[in-house]
Amino acid sequence: MYKLWATIIKDAKILLRDRVGMTLMFLMPIILVIVVTDIQNSTFQLVNKNRLPVLICNQDTGVSSRQLISAIDSIGMFRVKLMPTLSNSKQIGEAMKTHDAQFALIIPSDFTRGVSIKAKNAAAKALKSFGLQGDSVKGKVVGSRPVTLYFSPVVQESMRFSVQGALQSAQQLIESRQTLRTLYFAINEQTLPAALEKEMLNNRTGLKAVPVTKEGGRGIPNASQHNVPAWTIFAMFFIIMSLGGSVVREKINGSFVRLKTLPTSYVTGLLSKQITYLGVTLLQALVIFSIGIWVFPLLNIPALNLPSDLTALVLVTLATGWCAVSYAICVGIFAETQEQANGFGAISIVILSAIGGLMVPSFAMQGAIKTTSEFSPMHWSLEAYYDLFLRGGTMHDVVLNIVPLIIITLIFQFIIFLGLKRKNLI
Amino acid sequence: MAISESLAVDIQNLGFRYPGNAEAAFSGFNLQIGRCERFGLFGPNGAGKTTLMSLMTGLIKAQEGNIHILGNDVSERSIKKKFGFVPQDFSFYQELSPKENLQFFGAWAGLTSNKIKQRMDELLQVLGLEDVCDKPVGKFSGGMKRRVNLAIGVIHEPALLFLDEPTVGVDVQTRHAIISYLTDLNNRGTTLVYTSHQLSEAEGLCQRIALMEGGDIIAKGDLDELFKEHRATSLEELFLDLTGKDYKD
Repeated sequence: MYKLWATIIKDAKILLRDRVGMTLMFLMPIILVIVVTDIQNSTFQLVNKNRLPVLICNQDTGVSSRQLISAIDSIGMFRVKLMPTLSNSKQIGEAMKTHDAQFALIIPSDFTRGVSIKAKNAAAKALKSFGLQGDSVKGKVVGSRPVTLYFSPVVQESMRFSVQGALQSAQQLIESRQTLRTLYFAINEQTLPAALEKEMLNNRTGLKAVPVTKEGGRGIPNASQHNVPAWTIFAMFFIIMSLGGSVVREKINGSFVRLKTLPTSYVTGLLSKQITYLGVTLLQALVIFSIGIWVFPLLNIPALNLPSDLTALVLVTLATGWCAVSYAICVGIFAETQEQANGFGAISIVILSAIGGLMVPSFAMQGAIKTTSEFSPMHWSLEAYYDLFLRGGTMHDVVLNIVPLIIITLIFQFIIFLGLKRKNLI
Repeated sequence: MAISESLAVDIQNLGFRYPGNAEAAFSGFNLQIGRCERFGLFGPNGAGKTTLMSLMTGLIKAQEGNIHILGNDVSERSIKKKFGFVPQDFSFYQELSPKENLQFFGAWAGLTSNKIKQRMDELLQVLGLEDVCDKPVGKFSGGMKRRVNLAIGVIHEPALLFLDEPTVGVDVQTRHAIISYLTDLNNRGTTLVYTSHQLSEAEGLCQRIALMEGGDIIAKGDLDELFKEHRATSLEELFLDLTGKDYKD
């Protein structure tokens, strides 16, 4: 026991004197979690509070285009900026750059006419189906040229689809209103009363979005609940930069030769590293969670809310830390140089985090990639954390994620054992 | 096979080949070193001295033959408590101080914390490291590092000490201090097995030597007798006489 204790003291002292390693393990993940959460929070606020700037060039002089602009404005998602003179792609691109807008909408000059023709035609068909006679458009109905949406290539597809959907719903509203007015006039030969029009168009049953947890709770998740657990896992696995290098350093410098001539198994050395660095991962989680709880509100980022089952949180953090430590030692045992350990370690962590769902949610993955994600320990850690932080889960729920995580860890431990045997280190 | 209890090192019919090498590093090799001897292993680069040290300390395993250290097979873990090793490379943690290195390696050598403290105080004083005992070894001069290297190798008071070029790259004062300390250790009963390219230094330290070339012993015996036999006046003369003046690596 004294040997283990002396080794832990030795490892802890070397670790504390490695300023670069400490910076990589603590400062970098803290900066990362603050920056990523703040950016995601800003994106959320941009869409929900700040409004997206959209340039609109209305080439139509009719009433429908004005109604369309008003409808877009009333969605609440856009800050409309009218641009009278946009005609070609180059002008549009320059205007978007000047006004820092990601979207521009061109309403063609025949928009009102097109809406009117479509409405008359739809009303005539409706009257005919009722057995009534109405005005109809002779021959083939030719609508207006389409409204064109220009977007910056940097806009992600999901964002574009969301904007496109909102604009189409405004367009749909204008066309429905015109059809309704035309139909009402054809039947009653008088204008549709404004109150009735409002009631008919706005009296929708609506759609209410409610987040629901496993407990049935309805707390609204924020950017911190999503990002802090994810980047805490990343930070824990990033100890490979210090631990992997430490194993290689010990292996290639003379101290390892001497250790092999002493009556103590190197297993003691590895056990010490696991205990020391497991402590580091727990400390990382503690620091990052504390920043989420107490520092985020000072930076106008939503505070992190800890899950109700703290025992489960500790267990998930321990299992994740142990897996991260095992992976780092595994890489360190097989790497021949510190550069190999650091290079392979850093890239493999990014790959594991990508397939593990830290960068793109696992539920959005398809086919082979989705299957592959289950081989990433980060996937199981993230699912366990999401169970606790977002879905209101308890110990019972996270056990299903901890079991595969521990199996992966034991595989790493077995590989470490094989590596040590193969290299005649134990 | 009889194992002599009076021998510190007993190597019989040793065969060793590095993986992937067609040529054996050792084949049918025999060497006996008595207890309390100051024994020197010499030879040109590539003669097999360091490989032999690695085999005797259990760092690598022989494919054939037997190596007994102080009456025990070298593969037994318990024997590691009885011998010490001072490798040619600095074999300690540069980030730690001499005290911290001695505390750690002492624990791994199986000493209690009280014993470590007692030995640490003795060694730091004898090897002139008291004033720097709390400073990181990485900032030390080459000579100071050599003394730390030696201190770690002897912290557990081994009965047999293997030294692989313990004075390489040090100044005269440090060399003198190290050799004096080693002689003192031997006078108190520690067997020394020593390699070096510093032949004048070795001449003063060793009682018996083995001269190696290509994995074989080409001369072995009492130093004075070897001088007489080969009509040499110094170890360097004897060395050049037996191994020639051509490059060996």
